[in-house]
Amino acid sequence: MRKVPIDFRVNGVQRSVDAYPMERLLDVLRENLGLTGTKEGCGEGECGACSVLLDGQLVNSCLVPALQAAGSDIHTIEGLAGKKLHPLQEAFAETGGAQCGICTPGMILAAYQLLERHPRPTDEQIREGLAGNLCRCTGYQKIFDAVRQASEAISGET
Amino acid sequence: MLFQTVGKPVPRKEGREKVTGEAKYVDDLTFPGMLHGVTVRSPIARGRIRRIEFTGDLPWREFTIVTAKDIPGENRVALITDEQPYLAAEFVNHPEEPVVLLAHPDKHLVEKARRAVRLDIEPLPAIFTLEAALAQEQIIWGDDNVIKSFLVEKGAVDSVWAEAAYIVEGEYRTGAQEQLYIETNGMIAIASPDEGVTVWGSMQCPYYVHKALLKAFPLGPEKIRVIQTETGGGFGGKEEYPSMIAGHAALLAWKSGKPVKMIYSRSEDMAATTKRHPSRTRIRAGTSNDGKLLALDIEFVIDGGAYPTLSSVVLSRGTIHAAGPYNCPNVRIRSKAVATNAPPHGAFRGFGAPQSIFALERHMNQLARAVGLTPEEFRRRNFLHTGETTATGQVIREAIGLEGLLDRALELSDYHRKRETFSKENETSPIKRGIGFATFLHGAGFTGSGERYLQSIAGVEATAEGQVRILVSSTEIGQGTNTILAQIVAETLGIGYDQVSVPRPDTSEVPNSGPTVASRTCMVVGKLVESAAIGLKLTLTNAGYDPSDFPTACSQYIAQYGPLKSFSQYEAPAGIYWDDDTYRGDAYGAFAWAVYVAEVAVDTVTFETSVNDFVALQEVGRVIHPVMAAGQIEGGVAQGIGFALHEKVVWDQGRMANSQMTNYIMPTSVDVPRIRVYFDETPYEYGPMGAKGLGELPIDGPAPAVLNAIEEAIGVPVNEIPLTAEQLMQTVMRSEVRAVETGVA
Amino acid sequence: MRAYLPDYDLVAPAGIDELLRLIAREPGEWRPIAGGTDLMVLLEADRLPFRRLVSLSRITELRGITASDTYITMGGLTTYSDIQNNEILQREFPLLVKAAGWTGAVATQNRGTLAGNIANGSPAADSPPALLVYDAEIGLLSERDVTWREYCEFHTGYKTNCMEPDEIIAHISLPRNTDGCVQYLRKVGTRKAQAIAKVAFAGLAKLRDGVIERIRIALGSVAPMPIRCHQTESVLLGSHIDPATIAQAKDAIASEIAPISDIRSTAEYRTRVTMNLLDEFLRGLAA
Repeated sequence: MRKVPIDFRVNGVQRSVDAYPMERLLDVLRENLGLTGTKEGCGEGECGACSVLLDGQLVNSCLVPALQAAGSDIHTIEGLAGKKLHPLQEAFAETGGAQCGICTPGMILAAYQLLERHPRPTDEQIREGLAGNLCRCTGYQKIFDAVRQASEAISGET
Repeated sequence: MLFQTVGKPVPRKEGREKVTGEAKYVDDLTFPGMLHGVTVRSPIARGRIRRIEFTGDLPWREFTIVTAKDIPGENRVALITDEQPYLAAEFVNHPEEPVVLLAHPDKHLVEKARRAVRLDIEPLPAIFTLEAALAQEQIIWGDDNVIKSFLVEKGAVDSVWAEAAYIVEGEYRTGAQEQLYIETNGMIAIASPDEGVTVWGSMQCPYYVHKALLKAFPLGPEKIRVIQTETGGGFGGKEEYPSMIAGHAALLAWKSGKPVKMIYSRSEDMAATTKRHPSRTRIRAGTSNDGKLLALDIEFVIDGGAYPTLSSVVLSRGTIHAAGPYNCPNVRIRSKAVATNAPPHGAFRGFGAPQSIFALERHMNQLARAVGLTPEEFRRRNFLHTGETTATGQVIREAIGLEGLLDRALELSDYHRKRETFSKENETSPIKRGIGFATFLHGAGFTGSGERYLQSIAGVEATAEGQVRILVSSTEIGQGTNTILAQIVAETLGIGYDQVSVPRPDTSEVPNSGPTVASRTCMVVGKLVESAAIGLKLTLTNAGYDPSDFPTACSQYIAQYGPLKSFSQYEAPAGIYWDDDTYRGDAYGAFAWAVYVAEVAVDTVTFETSVNDFVALQEVGRVIHPVMAAGQIEGGVAQGIGFALHEKVVWDQGRMANSQMTNYIMPTSVDVPRIRVYFDETPYEYGPMGAKGLGELPIDGPAPAVLNAIEEAIGVPVNEIPLTAEQLMQTVMRSEVRAVETGVA
Repeated sequence: MRAYLPDYDLVAPAGIDELLRLIAREPGEWRPIAGGTDLMVLLEADRLPFRRLVSLSRITELRGITASDTYITMGGLTTYSDIQNNEILQREFPLLVKAAGWTGAVATQNRGTLAGNIANGSPAADSPPALLVYDAEIGLLSERDVTWREYCEFHTGYKTNCMEPDEIIAHISLPRNTDGCVQYLRKVGTRKAQAIAKVAFAGLAKLRDGVIERIRIALGSVAPMPIRCHQTESVLLGSHIDPATIAQAKDAIASEIAPISDIRSTAEYRTRVTMNLLDEFLRGLAA
């Protein structure tokens, strides 16, 4: 099959790409759109490094066929910071939640979804919410700290 | 001592890029006209290549095809003894061994082509276990399958057995472990006889890659350039392996005349690249009546896989750490690395020490039981003190207080109260709980004369504005190299942390500060940059400028004299003596010392083990960055827990059968306990601001601590890791059968 | 990405009629793909045997959860997140909610669908044991008609089922009759989260005066497909829970299962743990 035009919004901007229908959304974002912040860690939906928000829901972009993303609203790590870094980004940078950084974009988006669902998450909710994002460097401890710090910062703001 | 920058949780140098997605890892880079490269690998463990067929309806003329005969230099990956080829020529010696390289502009088509290359290999008999290697079922290396052996002797073990009040023997095994950095191996190369070879990629040791490329291509060293890209984890898995993939990418680039990118898939990376050496340790130990160690007789064997690569050095470290932090007058360690037809095993955090320390710390608990002492009292009676000697005869010169460390760790973990509570509750509960610990050490820096051999060089350069660049080939791989080196330099020069930067390692621009391994970057390279910074200050002072007004001094100096740089080369501390032939003397400049305590719960319904609490207490000289130091410990503990309970490599005829993240189990955020980290600091004279190394230390302790806890919980010894639920069930069932047979309840 | 993408065809019909027409016209030609969490993994490993795929993602008729007094009905495209968010399911069918929470992790739960899970037919799938003890009914839709099948008869062997080539799974219905039942579900995975089940045990029972008057037991990962344990159930139905009954039940369950040793676990482990879980379930009932 040939490539087809596929349209969707990415980080608030309308985009159009030519892609194979079964092409992974991950590859379309990274290669067609040059948004390399979303990473590939396993290609099997296990590590979560490829996590993005698709119509507001956390998904593994390595498992989404491009055609199914047509007409959707996608947010990647590149869209998170405004004029300033998002509190999650600040927190990950400050608490040591990021070491080598390869899991970090996916982890931050997973944390973003978690805090949307549970603005003041318990320890258990934090662990469950991040269970699909593997980190080999940190042992997760400072990632938990980062989520707590961001949750306080965000709740403080509202 | 009051520090301005050191000891403070300053922001990670490249932190902003990492949290915004701006950091560029090798797969984030593209070059115009770039081709995608893939590797065709042997499907079997051992054989003679009869024919290579290019099948299927593919436009083969569009492909760049490289085999062994296309290598312009030597078909050898330079490392220590250089036997590993870049591409198998006539024989293959392990599954996944590279045979053919392909490149094409279409990354999908090149994958299709990879599958269409058929390797016709006539099988030869292969061996897959260290037992088979020792038994010489087939000779696949040298004349006895032994890659390397060591003998370490202190005193005379055999003189002790007749008098020892207690003699205990044990056998302990550890399995292979996959480093599982979340970013797989990858390289981009451009290469031509005129322009030379340049590679960009994920790596720990740019100069290792440089040395390896030098052998593969007929070019001078100034024509080989290696640049590290942001690296998503290493843990040793990117210590030596990158030389192989860099060579492959460069060979394709050389032949095609185009840039070539090679990125391994996860499954390929797991199956084809290095893993931790599997091990078997046998210990026979004798003690006096009151539990003092009289003799430790240790046989330590590791499985090196098909080529020697780093096995001799892994064996070395494992051997030296095998007798632990104890004062034993008679020690014999006989160690061997043997060859099997598996992909070569290689560097993984700890590098032999997790294997031998696991065995020793399990054995210490068996000894305690035999003597009738608690595990902690047994340790107290045998800890090393200042002035006593290790197994290699190294006199401990630094102040150490292992008894105090142990006491503190037991207190922090509420060890005694929990022990008592669990013992009562276990009588009736289906969940058996236990608490156990390990006491251990880890030597930082290269062993023995290794640092002298490396002759590392580090430099600093100042601009006219008083900004300073650190010139090292040491890599940031998440552990904090950039940050801590900048802290050390800023502290030394009395300038702000923000004024110091660490440019990306590029062999055309930085000197060789040695590989980023062996827990040496802070202690050894940190000391070098400290010295270089002191040298820079001296340069200013000697020229008549005042370094306390740093920007002015720099600007004036540069206006007068030109570039302002200072370099420092490694010199061994005075009084360090090591004999490579007898393997005696001062093995390491400094050791870090630790006590780790693990609390576990074993579910007798499912035989699953949970680690519910973990205390990690260590003495590390000086903590340069409190957050990053704790981060190293926490990450190492998580990996150690995986090593102990989950991370099983399933082997099928020398090939890793579970080469997917679905089936190779590393801990998730739900699987790790709260890990509580504590530091003691006894400044080390030869470390920067007193710092010692700590990167590998944390992976040595968890496995024995966890298994000691499990033995407490279920009352059955467990001596093999990973201790999966299936394995635990077998162990419990076997002991139940034995109890029935011997009539013991 | 290991597969050669130009070899693959993916179409996305806009509505249910268009979909059913397509698969009726060329039965067996077009493989439905819902959330993609199973099929895309196969594609990446180049182990996807289907070249022509039809995406269900635009078929809104297959989404949504509706309830009557007697049944709760989930559209085939109900995701695991949808299941966890539904109040009736939380209250009356907690085992399904639990299973949904154990399936992969959040990102998988947002995309994976119940129909996909059932159609994929893995014996280790997380939802089937719960669906089996809930007497789930599967609504199969084709251009011809709607057929309802009892889920316990849906799987016929390893990754085979009773579907016709022109049918899709449109609905999954659960009778709302769990009131007063003790419900038990336990999954033993390779780790605590995002894990494939090595053994999964679902149990549902109602007691009257200490006698089991209703019993359902289902298992995952111990046979070529998810199974109901009819023999074990018949040992227990009408019995008191005492050591003899428990022993008899354990014998029955050991004989009803056919576990294998594979990359994740061993037959011995699966057998022993199945018996232990039954024991735990029954002791919990007795208490």
